[in-house]
Amino acid sequence: MTTRAKTPSKKASRASQGYVLYLYVAGETPKSATALANLKDICRLHLPAGHRIKVIDLLKNPRLARDHQILALPTLVRELPTPVRKIIGDLSNTERVLVGLDIKTAR
Amino acid sequence: MFAMEFLVRGIVDFGEPGVFMSFEESADELGQNVASIGFDLPALIRQRKLFIDHVRVARGEIEESGDFDLEGIFIRLGLAIDAVGAKRVVLDTLEALFGGFSNVGVLRAELRRLFDWLKERDVTAVITGERGEGTLTRHGFEEYVSDCVILLDHRVVDQLSARRLRIVKYRGTVHGTDEYPFLIRENGISVIPITSLTLNHTASTKAVSSGVASLDKILGAGGFYRSSTILLTGSAGTGKSSIAGHFIAEAGRRGERSLYVALEESQSEIVRNTRSIGIDIAPLIRNDMLRFHVARPTAYGLEMHLASIHQAAIAYKPSVMVVDSVTSLMSMGAGLEVTSMIVRLIDFLKMSGITLLMTALVESTHDANTTGVNVSSLVDVWLTLGNRDVDGARMRTLAVIKARGMDHSNLTHQFTMSKKGVEIMHHTAPEMRT
Repeated sequence: MTTRAKTPSKKASRASQGYVLYLYVAGETPKSATALANLKDICRLHLPAGHRIKVIDLLKNPRLARDHQILALPTLVRELPTPVRKIIGDLSNTERVLVGLDIKTAR
Repeated sequence: MFAMEFLVRGIVDFGEPGVFMSFEESADELGQNVASIGFDLPALIRQRKLFIDHVRVARGEIEESGDFDLEGIFIRLGLAIDAVGAKRVVLDTLEALFGGFSNVGVLRAELRRLFDWLKERDVTAVITGERGEGTLTRHGFEEYVSDCVILLDHRVVDQLSARRLRIVKYRGTVHGTDEYPFLIRENGISVIPITSLTLNHTASTKAVSSGVASLDKILGAGGFYRSSTILLTGSAGTGKSSIAGHFIAEAGRRGERSLYVALEESQSEIVRNTRSIGIDIAPLIRNDMLRFHVARPTAYGLEMHLASIHQAAIAYKPSVMVVDSVTSLMSMGAGLEVTSMIVRLIDFLKMSGITLLMTALVESTHDANTTGVNVSSLVDVWLTLGNRDVDGARMRTLAVIKARGMDHSNLTHQFTMSKKGVEIMHHTAPEMRT
């Protein structure tokens, strides 16, 4: 555990190449705007090596809510690397997001 | 189960499509579970009358960061409702949903918004939740969000299982507040009918003969009033079943049907025993003028008994009915439960115009005024039978403790039981009738 905690940046850069992130929202609400802004900040700082963000508006594609098992909004889904991870909320708690994305282990 | 029946009945009986949103079981699992009570979910889904959305909620799988809402559920529900044109919605169960999130505050606010939204969409929603410690639901929001709260309960009393249903609240109605037993059988849920919440059945003034002419005379009215309830108490061997035998034989003579609920003896035993006092009920059985409903008290629980007696009475439509004996029902539950069950039966039979004769065993003749089932205040006629030793010979006695609306005898009468049946002896003392 200690070695991992000492080298978070190294791990992040290794894994970050393949990050595919979907952000599910329902229309352009303040909450979804906050979530997207927070996500972009987090990615810029912690996933510098490369990532892809796709915003999915469920008001336009309601079917996807069922297909992808979405309940709460906004939901951030890490499609790649597997396994799939889900984070809900406006992503204002950076620490939780990093843990959720498995970029950083929980302390 | 209750919720699924609400949906399926809505579709089948009322033409109202429904949506089942499950937070626990998948559509396949749900289909399997309710197939046992005769519901074919896949068929309803194919007909586009039912929509099942399985919402997977798993704690630990979802990380929470900051503010969120449950708009995803709204979207999914909205889509499902539109897909089938649903009028009814079920959410099953809320605990599973709560289990997936740690921010309970958000959930409560969102559920409240969800209920309002469902109301706006003009759908009736059944939401299931588990009972909490000391509160109706674990998260205690039922008080302010729901228009109707129904509590289901499954308990085991004296090794017999009993399911209960209670309407805790129902805005805008005058609802029953009691706990009602219910059964889950092959054709779904049936709540034991509580037929008479108000005492508005009309009292009959027509009397039916008891089958013993001398008894009719003592009663004053020429027999029992039609659709009244008669209680016959006495210790073992005092002639309760014999008088019951006379009663059904007389009904047969009038061309009326009888239903004999036998909880102690079998049909053939009763046929044999009544024959010993000169009554042959076998022809009545052959002509379907008499039916037996034989059941061992311990065979099933109290509710099952009541339901089966009800069903037998509804199916056969007898004009008189004998329950022999109510005492054996005592072995099935606590006193209060048996009493309430008998009250329901009495009410139901009164409404149906069926004259009921019940027998009850009492420990001894000294104890004759207590029936043990506390139904004596509910019956219209109460007769006690006794045995008394006089100079080494047994003397049978019969007394009318009460007979509502009748100018009855107040004496203790002697009677004999022979091949000619029950015969009450002429009393020599002067009669003081009230």
